[in-house]
Amino acid sequence: MSALGSIVPLAFGALRRNRMRSSLTSLGVIIGVGALIVTVSSGEGSKAVLQAQLATLGTNLLIILPGSSTSGGARGGPGSGKPLTHADLLDLVAGVSAARYSAPVDRTTTQVVIDNQNWLTTVYGSTPEFFAIRDWTLARGRFFTSGEADSGAKVCLLGQTVATQLFGNGDPLGQVVRVKIMPCEVVGVLGGKGQSSQGQDQDDLVVMPWVTFKSRMMSQDRVHVGSILISALSPDEVSHAQSQAMGVLRQAHRLSDKELDDFTVRNLADLAATQEQAADTQTGMLRNVAAVSLLVGGIGIMNIMLVSVTERTREIGIRLAIGASENRVLLQFLVEAIVLSAAGGLVGIALGLGGSLALSAINHWPFIVSPGWVLMAFGLSMGIGVVFGFYPARKAARMNPIDALRFE
Amino acid sequence: MSGEPLIDLKAVTRTYLTGAATVHALINVTLTIAPGELVAIMGPSGSGKSTLLNVLGCLDQPTSGSYRFEGREVATLTRAERAALRLSAFGFVFQGFQLIARTDALDNVELPLVYADVPGPERRTRAMDALARVGLVGREHHTPAQLSGGQQQRVAIARALVNRPRLILADEPTGALDTRTSIEVLGLLQSLNHGGITVVVVTHEPDIALYASRRLVVRDGRVISDDRQRAHDAAADLQALPQKAA
Repeated sequence: MSALGSIVPLAFGALRRNRMRSSLTSLGVIIGVGALIVTVSSGEGSKAVLQAQLATLGTNLLIILPGSSTSGGARGGPGSGKPLTHADLLDLVAGVSAARYSAPVDRTTTQVVIDNQNWLTTVYGSTPEFFAIRDWTLARGRFFTSGEADSGAKVCLLGQTVATQLFGNGDPLGQVVRVKIMPCEVVGVLGGKGQSSQGQDQDDLVVMPWVTFKSRMMSQDRVHVGSILISALSPDEVSHAQSQAMGVLRQAHRLSDKELDDFTVRNLADLAATQEQAADTQTGMLRNVAAVSLLVGGIGIMNIMLVSVTERTREIGIRLAIGASENRVLLQFLVEAIVLSAAGGLVGIALGLGGSLALSAINHWPFIVSPGWVLMAFGLSMGIGVVFGFYPARKAARMNPIDALRFE
Repeated sequence: MSGEPLIDLKAVTRTYLTGAATVHALINVTLTIAPGELVAIMGPSGSGKSTLLNVLGCLDQPTSGSYRFEGREVATLTRAERAALRLSAFGFVFQGFQLIARTDALDNVELPLVYADVPGPERRTRAMDALARVGLVGREHHTPAQLSGGQQQRVAIARALVNRPRLILADEPTGALDTRTSIEVLGLLQSLNHGGITVVVVTHEPDIALYASRRLVVRDGRVISDDRQRAHDAAADLQALPQKAA
């Protein structure tokens, strides 16, 4: 269309004559588009961090906790009711075909000491499956073996934090630390996991065989189990494994159909979904705020275009008098509005990308920007020009040339 | 007079409704103008002479009556059709020059060609030619604010003739100019008229009407006299005027 070829430079010329006003008008769109890009990008970035953190908890994980007791209407927390037992674990291993691994977990908080160094940490008792279920890696040394687990060998693995606190840069392998009252040989150091999504240091732990833990840390109680971890075969099998585990435990605890579960099976995928949903809701709300500011930017453009049309009434009269068609005048003012808002959109995208980059650097999350969103933001800013430029442009095009020429 | 008239008004009436009052700006005007005429329309303010010019230029439409331009009925054209006719057949010169501010002379003159979708290079050439014809070579890139009143009106005349119109309509073209410049502008209009373009000038100054070959007087919405006269030669009068102090 040859008309556009002459109208676009015309629009730029008109806007250049009012540089300050044009840039202030665009500011609304700049802020709106910038905010939109930042919220979407930081939403994606924080979600990626959340997912990475949840992955450190272990894959396809089910956590089985003892049920709560209810006395006089007041419900106790998990563990206040009937405890889980080692027999339950054996039933689960035998009965849950959708599970890849199952492991008992007991823990206590105690002092770990070597020479003149000591550190308060959480000590876990479990089996070698624990490392697989929770996706632990080795920084050095080895995991303890099934033989060591069954025989109750006095061996342990240190988390990164504990290793650093007790040994600094020294080598903990082969050293004997005292856990509570029990001397224990360090056979390995676990790889780092960092903070959990709740901000806990996941590397502040010591892991030893469950039999060792029960016989040395606890008073010889080898019957009860604090909690049981199950890793499903695949993400799709998690809910299957969950229902299997519930069936097995209800049977093992001889619960009739009318009785409630005396245990809790927690699905980590559900937890992850809940957290993601919360993050999405937050991002969505921020996005709405950005959208509203974009709307306000559009109204600003309409306002200034109306002022501009009134100011240039005589110019419009001249154009109409010498034979410009209504459509050409409409198009001219519409293009001006679109150029204003699209230019604002481009600047907003640049600022938004810069802001997102800065935020991702500050918060240590990945810089994620999908080209689709950037294109959409640009399209949105052009659309705002069309929508909010149309009314002023139509007002210009519909003027009576005689009256417009006489306008002072 | 032989051949078809360029302009043929029959019983044209134009009334405005301003609030409760009805203003009869034109009452039963019948008029023909042949191609090649240079017509002056005179009358006191409020006589309807500007309304007549607006009707002739299709900026305004008669309330009743017929207006044939080149044989074609144009009183009932749509807004878009009238715009197209103005673009292709008419050139306008206004009292207040009506140039687009902060836009140089060349761009102002090119404007009608932009709307006529004339391609860029041809546009430029034709606009330069038009500016040369009104004696403004070297001022192409001056904005209206950088030009004198007479120069601005010459830019406006260049804009009026750039689309090769059959009719140039000038509304008080000398209203804001001194005597000498006024005669210069009339000289330009006369030379365009000699080149074959029909010219209609609205003025309230009898001195200006002397340069037309036909003189219409409008009063209270009616044409009360229509005389042919021997037009003064603006170029010759200009020679006779004392030179400006250099």
